[in-house]
Amino acid sequence: MTDLTQTQAPTLPVRKFRIRWSDIGDHAVLILGSLFMLVPLLIVLQTTTTTDVETIKNGPGLVIGDQFGANFDKAMFEASGFSGENTGMSMLKNSLILGLGFALGKIAIGMMAAYALVYFRLRFATFAFWLIFTTLLLPLEVRILPSYEIAQKLGLLNTYSGLIVPLIASATATFFFRQFFRSVPEELVEAARIDGAGPVKFFIDILVPLSQTMIAAMFIIMFVFGWNQYLWPTMITTEEHMYTLVRGIKQITQDLEGTNIPEYGRANMLALIAILPPVLVVIFFQSWFVKGLTESDK
Amino acid sequence: MAQVSLQNIRKIYPNGYEAVTSTSFDIADGEFVVLVGPSGCGKSTLLRMVAGLEDITEGSLSIGDRVVNDVDPADRDIAMVFQNYALYPHMTVRKNIGYGLKNRKTPAQEIERKVDEAAKMLNLEPYLDRKPSQLSGGQRQRVAMGRAVVRDPALFLFDEPLSNLDAKLRNQMRIEIKALQRRLGVTSIYVTHDQVEAMTMADRIIVLNEGRIEQIGTPAEIYHSPASTFVASFMGAPPMNLLEARLEGGQVFVNGGTPLANAQGRGAVTLGIRPEDVAFDPAGPLDFHIDIVEELGAHRLLHGQLAAQNFTMHVSKEVAAAPGAVRVGLKADALRLFDAETGKAL
Repeated sequence: MTDLTQTQAPTLPVRKFRIRWSDIGDHAVLILGSLFMLVPLLIVLQTTTTTDVETIKNGPGLVIGDQFGANFDKAMFEASGFSGENTGMSMLKNSLILGLGFALGKIAIGMMAAYALVYFRLRFATFAFWLIFTTLLLPLEVRILPSYEIAQKLGLLNTYSGLIVPLIASATATFFFRQFFRSVPEELVEAARIDGAGPVKFFIDILVPLSQTMIAAMFIIMFVFGWNQYLWPTMITTEEHMYTLVRGIKQITQDLEGTNIPEYGRANMLALIAILPPVLVVIFFQSWFVKGLTESDK
Repeated sequence: MAQVSLQNIRKIYPNGYEAVTSTSFDIADGEFVVLVGPSGCGKSTLLRMVAGLEDITEGSLSIGDRVVNDVDPADRDIAMVFQNYALYPHMTVRKNIGYGLKNRKTPAQEIERKVDEAAKMLNLEPYLDRKPSQLSGGQRQRVAMGRAVVRDPALFLFDEPLSNLDAKLRNQMRIEIKALQRRLGVTSIYVTHDQVEAMTMADRIIVLNEGRIEQIGTPAEIYHSPASTFVASFMGAPPMNLLEARLEGGQVFVNGGTPLANAQGRGAVTLGIRPEDVAFDPAGPLDFHIDIVEELGAHRLLHGQLAAQNFTMHVSKEVAAAPGAVRVGLKADALRLFDAETGKAL
């Protein structure tokens, strides 16, 4: 060993610094990729600072205007539409309720389904699992008409439960939790049984705390997924006070009728606001997310 | 505290595999019984049936005066220490130890008192507020012990609790567990595949092989009078020497030559002799060709051939030894004879 290092040492200073073309190539791809993602966002940001007249005259430009505050007020607190009920604030509230309800509901249902599948001697458990799994092949878009009809007949139109409940049965969450539960050591279940913990206690006292990182990871995915729902809220909400942000933005840019000019500033401001919560959630839960999907704390 | 009684216990898995054939034995109050055998011999299955983690296919199991076949593990008044400790990773040591009491609706003050008492007994006091991941292997082992001790159970069950520790710690924990069991006087069943653990810890050893009991006895009985060649070769390190021998005219011969001992019967037998019951003896009846000398400090192991069969001899450190041929004698009262076909002791 010592001989080896001694003979190698003098050769080190001889090595020259070289530009590696592959490095430059890699960086170029990364930089171009991030520009591709960022430039539209910057355009949105720029248009929120100028007046609508200027935007329609010059298009997006490099000038930073002074209308940011005014546009913000208009977007958040001024109603659009007929009823005067869909301000930015109400849409933000609806979106938050949808995102949280969607994520928490999916996690709760998925965890309980996975618990039943993994820890109980069910007849046809494997069959049930594959049945749940095949629903991945049937996304909302495929079954939207029957789902709508059911929701309508149950009187769920324009309600939060109508917005959330039909969406929360989740094969994805069930699958992830099933895999996770299967990796929890068998001995832990047995120790808990001997310690006198019944099925409910074991679930709440041991399984849920153990799944923390997994829950956080699921929460990110599902919150962003729920927040960005567009088709279902469009179908199920017809009253303006129930609009979510993602659905409401579209309503505003459509106002190009008559002599009105489109409210670019307002729409883009709402778009920015709609982007923000998912970004914050991802930033906040990021470390949990990586942990949940890569390592297990057992 | 309680005696445990197994009557004709069997375990057949749904796929038809018979893991434990009809087994009966009794364990006295306060006794420390070790189930030992190679992997797959059914010892863990037997323990898990006693714990209630595995259904009993046939037979009856009683702990104390109660038949507990259909009693839930939580209500059998047992505590179990698992091979991987099975500590709850998200709970502190204090909560880990107290969890069983909490589930039994013990008042919080009493839980605290009992946990403190158990922690004191096991020298865990400085670690009570740590998580299991912040503890060393030996400390985790102690927490697992604490979880068992704190509940004052009628029966302790140990499922290879030391197999994840390094050799030094294992020796130390072995003594600690034994001392603790002595002090508390709780009936215990301990499963291991390590015959040293079995010998050193047990009041009685039960040797299992392929789902059957080979022998039940005190460590000395098991060691000196093994009931079969299986027990003879499984217990003891190095194991008992087993030589092909012949019975003729009331005497035992190995490879012809001088008769070694008197015994009734005729035909082929297996002769067993512990390595330490062999001694150098210039006038001895047998030739031993030493191939390898294993130096172990306190003693030496000499491996080689005797009558063209593998043979090991144990000599103390005062006895010099070198590869080559020597004459040896066998201690006559230490000779054991086994049926050459069935392997049972004669």
